[in-house]
Formats: sequence, structure tokens, C-alpha cells
Amino acid sequence: MSGKKRIRVLIAKPGLDSHDRGAKVVARALRDAGMEVIYTGLRQTPEQIAETALQEDVDVVGLSILSGAHKTLFPRIMQLLKQKGLADVMVFAGGIIPEEDVPDLKKLGLKEIFGPGTPTGTIIKYVSDNVCK
Amino acid sequence: MKGILKGDKRSIARAITVAEDGGADAQKLIALVYPYTGKAHVIGITGPGGAGKSTLVEKLVREYRKQGKTIGVVAVDPSSPFTGGAFLGDRIRMQELSTNEGVFIRSMATRNYAGGIARATKDAVRVLDAAGKDLVIVETVGAGQSEVEIVRVAQTIVVVHAPGMGDEIQAIKAGIMEIGDVFVVNKADRENANKTASDLQAILQLSEADRAWKPPVLKTVALTGEGVPELVEKVAEHKAHLNHGAGHERLMLGAENELTDAIKEKVLSSIIDNLRKEGKLEGYLQKIAKKEMDPLSAAEELLKEKGLE
Repeated sequence: MSGKKRIRVLIAKPGLDSHDRGAKVVARALRDAGMEVIYTGLRQTPEQIAETALQEDVDVVGLSILSGAHKTLFPRIMQLLKQKGLADVMVFAGGIIPEEDVPDLKKLGLKEIFGPGTPTGTIIKYVSDNVCK
Repeated sequence: MKGILKGDKRSIARAITVAEDGGADAQKLIALVYPYTGKAHVIGITGPGGAGKSTLVEKLVREYRKQGKTIGVVAVDPSSPFTGGAFLGDRIRMQELSTNEGVFIRSMATRNYAGGIARATKDAVRVLDAAGKDLVIVETVGAGQSEVEIVRVAQTIVVVHAPGMGDEIQAIKAGIMEIGDVFVVNKADRENANKTASDLQAILQLSEADRAWKPPVLKTVALTGEGVPELVEKVAEHKAHLNHGAGHERLMLGAENELTDAIKEKVLSSIIDNLRKEGKLEGYLQKIAKKEMDPLSAAEELLKEKGLE
């Protein structure tokens, strides 16, 4: 009896944000779309996030950040993912990220940045369309 | 395979995914891994949701790390019966351990397997065992009464309760109360912890007269780590008890269960696939749906026709 392959997603909160409403909304939405969502909880270091992605063998990592530290934390996360052989994992981000930072983040390898007010349906569609399973 | 035996995290993680997705690949993987298993002490942590299982697992792992042991953790949470999706949140309480070199934590959704664990939980344990972990801790979904599949996976079962979650009547019921090797009243800093512990103790005494191992009842405060060293000690005592012979019986029983289950699964799916291919099911389905025939009689007729009854 063969089980159905499931998309596994890690929703992670890097840095010192004090709330995670948005991350939980996205996690819940992806869950309701039939994905298996692992949530890290608040205040994660880049090392913790990359290591979790490795152990959980996820297909997707979603980073949620509100603090403004994305330009410091995201490059480190992307570098660690690569070091651990997870370059093929799709990474997207959301939260408070100024428009002008988006091109630089995409150069780092982040696939998409979803700003405040993005309908969850958009994120679900993006994830399911862009993960080959 | 070599990666797994070396304890390479990427290989372990991939292997567990293969096991979860099932099918022929999973079967091949387990056949390869199997000869290298049997060394790890497998501990099951079960009990109702909110009793503090994840927090207790975190503290247990820390305690074992102090002893220099390596640990694998498989934390199971439920899948949605409607969408198949899952929110796996056990890890939140253990995140500080994720960068600890000797620890590998994997979250697992039940994928609607009944009994408090996932179909692939046992295989994930095997992979971690083969990878050389000294201990593998399995945390079940929040289990109330009949989620007792963990006995097929773990050698030592720790049942975690918290004060104020039901009186002795709950404790008299069959099921989870019968599978515990060690009982823990967590959140022991709360009111009524002593009452809960003595209730458990009293119920256990009713049934333990003829048992060689008498399940102890311990009190812990997982948040602060209070009582955790004592828990580690009791778990070790249980392991020693198993090593003195009781373990062999358990292993043989487990082997029998697994073999008969595997035969059932193989035979069943081949018979059913066959009937479906021959188009024999359809007519009976109609009859059953229209209440003209009950499912058991239909099954009997079908099997007779096949000469299997």
C-alpha cells in the first residue's frame, strides 16, 4: 500500500520578532491545502532554521520576518541551506519587507516575497505550482 | 545506505521520507536497514494532549545528552482527515535542540493511520536505530484511551498525565493505562498533583499482583526539569528488566504481530486488486449500498467463489 506523497513545508521565524500571527495564518492555510507544515516557533537563528529544514527533509521553507533584519538573516540562511546540500529547497518569504529590497533577496535565491495583505490562496497556489513532487 | 550507517543527517532525513511515502521503495529501504537495527533503546512517550509530552521529551533529551548519549526523536501529530494536511508543532518545544550535534528530530504526520502514531513511525525508528542513535524517543499524538499502537514500536512506554484531567474512573478504563511501563504526573507543581499520582498508584496496584515489573508513578515539572533525572533512572531500570529476559518475549510477540500484519496486508491487497480487475466488486457494491445485502455476506460469497473460503 503506497502512501501519497505530501508536500512538506517549514514555516520559520528568524530573528527577534515578538509575534507570529502572520506565520500561523500561512501555516494554517497551507495545512488546509493538504500540506504537512512544520512550524519552528519564534526567535530562531539561521542555524536552527537550516538544520530543521535538513532534518525534516522539507520541500519548501517559508520565512516570516517583521523586524527589518532580513538583509542580515536571509543571506546567512540561504548560505547555510546551500552548505547542507539543500539548494533545491524552494524558499519564499513574507512579512514586512520593503519593495526595494526584493530584487536583492531574489538574487540570493529566494523565489518569491509576499507582502502584507497577500491572499493566502495566492501563496498556496504559488507553492503547489512551484514544487515538483 | 552508507550515509545512514554513518549517521549522515541528509541521508537519514531522505530515508525517513522514503519510508513515509511507502510503496516498493520503502520496502527496499527497510530490507536494507533492518539488519542494522535492534541496538537502540526505543522509548514511547504518550498521554493526552496538553499533558506536556513535548516539553518533557525536550528535557529528557537534555538529560541523555549529559550522559553523552545520541538521540533520535520522532514526534507525531495528527493529519486532517479532510484535507490530509497537518500542522506539526511538537518541534516548537524542542527547537533549541535542533542544532545539537547528537540529536536528530523528525516531525511526522499520522497520515490518518489509527492508534496514535503513523504507519511509517516504526520505519523511522529503524532508520534512526541503524544510524547509530543510542536512544530513539517516539512522541505519540495526544492520546486519550485507545491510542496504543506505540506498544508495537517502543520497548519502554512512558504515559504522561497532568493533574486535573479526569478522576479514577478514567484510570480504570482499559487501553492506555495498561500499556505504561512508567507513569508520570507532569505539571506536578499544580494543585492536585499528589491526588492524581495516588489515584494512578491505586489503580495500578489493582492489576500488578502478577507482573514482574511494577510500573512506578513519578512526578515531574517538565518546564523546570524537576523529576526528569528520576524518570531517566526508572526508564533505565525498565530497560535492565527487559534485558533480563522479559525483552525476548516482547520481541517475539512483536515479530509475530508484524509478520501476520504483513501477510494480511499483502494477501488482502492482492485479492482485492484481483477482484477489482475482474470487475466482481461492482455488483456487490450496488447491493450493499441499496441495503439488499450486508457486507459480511457479500464478502463470504466473493471468497467462496474464489475458492478461498
